[in-house]
Order: sequence, then structure tokens, then C-alpha cells
Amino acid sequence: MIPAAFTYHAPRTLGDAVRLLRAYEGEARVVSGGMSLIPAMKLRLVQPEHLIDIGRLGELDYVRRTEDGGAAIGAGATYRSIERSRTVAAVAPMLVETVRQVGDLQVRNRGTLCGSAAHADPAADAPAALLALDATLHTTGGPSRRSIQARRFFVDAYETVLGPTEVLTEIRIPKQPARTGSTYLKFANKASRFAIVGVAAAVTVDRGGVCTRARIAVTGAGPRAVRATASERYLEGRQLSAEAIAAAASRASRGMEFIEDVHGSEEYREHLTGVLTQRALMEAARRAGV
Amino acid sequence: MRQVTLTVNGRRRSAEVEDRDLLVDLLREKLRLTGTHIGCDTSQCGACTVLLNGAAVKSCSLFAAQAEGAKVTTIEGLAKGDTLHPIQQAFHEEHGLQCGFCTPGMVMLLHEFLRRNPDPTEHEVRAALSGNMCRCTGYQNIVASALHAARTMRGEA
Repeated sequence: MIPAAFTYHAPRTLGDAVRLLRAYEGEARVVSGGMSLIPAMKLRLVQPEHLIDIGRLGELDYVRRTEDGGAAIGAGATYRSIERSRTVAAVAPMLVETVRQVGDLQVRNRGTLCGSAAHADPAADAPAALLALDATLHTTGGPSRRSIQARRFFVDAYETVLGPTEVLTEIRIPKQPARTGSTYLKFANKASRFAIVGVAAAVTVDRGGVCTRARIAVTGAGPRAVRATASERYLEGRQLSAEAIAAAASRASRGMEFIEDVHGSEEYREHLTGVLTQRALMEAARRAGV
Repeated sequence: MRQVTLTVNGRRRSAEVEDRDLLVDLLREKLRLTGTHIGCDTSQCGACTVLLNGAAVKSCSLFAAQAEGAKVTTIEGLAKGDTLHPIQQAFHEEHGLQCGFCTPGMVMLLHEFLRRNPDPTEHEVRAALSGNMCRCTGYQNIVASALHAARTMRGEA
């Protein structure tokens, strides 16, 4: 398949990339790994006139520990470099668990976490993990540099709060509280490995086993990844028992919008959301030491 | 049109490409290296897998221009004269192919995988091959070939 014609740009610096984006505002797309964008271009679902490649900028290819004990992941960092990062393994093992479930080895060799977030595919894995980990997404190129909380970042299918000249340059994962357990579970499309439904859960307990903090995020089920706030609120302040988890999971789909496609009906996705939320919470609780 | 220069199988090569040309088009159409196959053309089947700076990638999902200056290895770059690479030899001995269409991609994926994991379990091999599809044989002999190649490359057989 042949994409529509476009002009390819390989800027040497992030500043040059932003200048190109401003020069071609509305006609350009940023590409890094291209594992979502290039297939979409081949299907002509996306037809940018200019393609600005930030995937070769050494300045964005990093994973490092932040001063406050979190992790900072640059827009050039591939899934594979995150899989192999000791920093990410220490700060957010759930993120390693999540990226290992993305696509296949070849896709993870090219694809990037920032790219997945910016593309905002409703069935992507990364958004759920970023929501449950309280990640912040850092941008440049707009009227000012921004630091955006994950829960404010995803707007709709393939739509984020990023402006037309903004580039997502870095994702920061904060240090998780002590006695936090987390996991990401998905029911995947067998061929594409995209999530039909995926659930990321992180729970923190006190010494008595009471849940002090719950973060649950669902991807694949609806037009965008969302937090299951009704389940979170139910768990916080309660003893993290199997009964409490079952009751929380039964509230997971409250206020949530579901989609229907060839892989499953709305009812099916709603059912999977409850089942996977329960399983993810059970595993997260076990890992938290409950 | 733009000129792309890259190192393919150890040789410096240049070609004129359109910005929208894929790496697999450059390899097959311009450099006539037709061992790299186009199967699904939607980045699912893995038949077009090549090594880009040592990492297995699907060359149907990468523009040729993005490979400027890169080192690319294709299936044609593995054998030394008449001596097959141990992975190729293992596919031969274990009957790891039937029609052979998916085989170059399988071999190139395993090339990176076995370098990083020289002593994999059968499960790890199957997981690593999740982005490579075979529509003839089933995967039994492909997995056997991978494990055979791993043994050879470890010097055990």
C-alpha cells in the first residue's frame, strides 16, 4: 500500500522540529517510531503533507531517574528501551509489564511510549498505564511549555489536548507510594495484540490492609482511556478484601462510554471491564502485600 | 525524489526514493534484494522483518528516508558463501518451512532474539515469534528450528 505523497523532514534539533511544525501548521504530523501513524498513512486514513521525524533526535532518546525519585521518559525512547530500563523497573514495574504486552518485538523496537500517548488510539495499552500511574505529559511548541496530567490529556479517539504545533517531549512517572501494588491486564485481539479491553490498577494499602489510594484505568472499552473513578472511590478507605474488590469491580463501568465493533459489542466490553478490573485489583492487592 | 544512502549487508548503497517509499520497497525494488517479502503489508505478519542497526523491524512500516545512514541486514546478508547461517541451517535440518514465504522474516527476527537470549525456553521462542505469521506448517518445526539454532550457536551441537 502506498501512502499519499508528503514531504519528509528529519530536523536535527527539537527546536528545528517545532519551527517546522509552526511553518506547516495544520499540514504536518510528528512521527517518532511510526508504528501507529505509518500504517494509518498507508491506509490513507491520515494524509499529512509534511512528516516531521523526531525519532532520530538523540536529545529525546532517554529514560532517566528524576530528582524526586520518579522516571522521565523521552519521546525517542522505544518500548524496548523501557522494557530494559532498570529505572522504570524500580519506579513503575507496571509500566514494564504494560509495554511488554504492546504489539510484538519488531513493533516494540520502533514504537515509543510518547508516540502511543500522542496518537491516543482508543485500544492502545499505554494510556491505561499512564492514567493509573498519575503520569504527567510534558510538551513544547505551544504558546508555553506545558505539563499535563494524564487524566486531562486524552480527549477522544485519536484526540488529545495537544495543540497543532505542540510536541509531546517527555512523560514523567512519579514515585509510587510505599505498599503500592500494580498490574496491567488485557484481553487482546489475537492478531493485532491491541486491547479489546485493558485494565491498569494500582492500589496502596496502609499497615492494616486498608486501601488508602486506588487508581484504576480502562482502555479499549470506549473511545478513550478513562479512570474508573467509581471503583476507586469505593475502595479508598475500605479494607482491601476480595469482597470489597468484587464490589468495586461491579462499579467499574459507571459513567463509562463503550464502543461496539467487529471485535465485540458494548455489552461484551462492559462485561470484560468488570471481569478484568476484578482480576487486576486482586493481583495488585496481592502485590501490595495484602 | 531524494537520495538515501545506507549500509546494506555490509555494503554502502545509495538509491533515489520518493519520501513515501517504504524501506521494503527500497530493498526489493531499488536494490533488488527480494529475499525480504511483503506479506500482509499492514505490519502484522512479519515477513518483511530486517535488522535496522541490529534491531528487528518490519520494513513495511518504515519509510526508506528514515533509514538514511543506518545499517540494514537482510536475509541475503546471513550466509557466508555456500555456508548457511546457523539459523538458516537449523530451518533446513528441522524442516522449519513449507512454502518458505514467511521464513526470511522468521530468520531475521530470531537473529536478534537469539543474540539477546542465547538459551531461550520454548515458551520464550513462541512469545518472541508472536509478530511473525506462518500460514503453512504450524509453528512446531519453526520453534524446533529456533531451539536447534540456539544450541548450535551456543556450541552445543
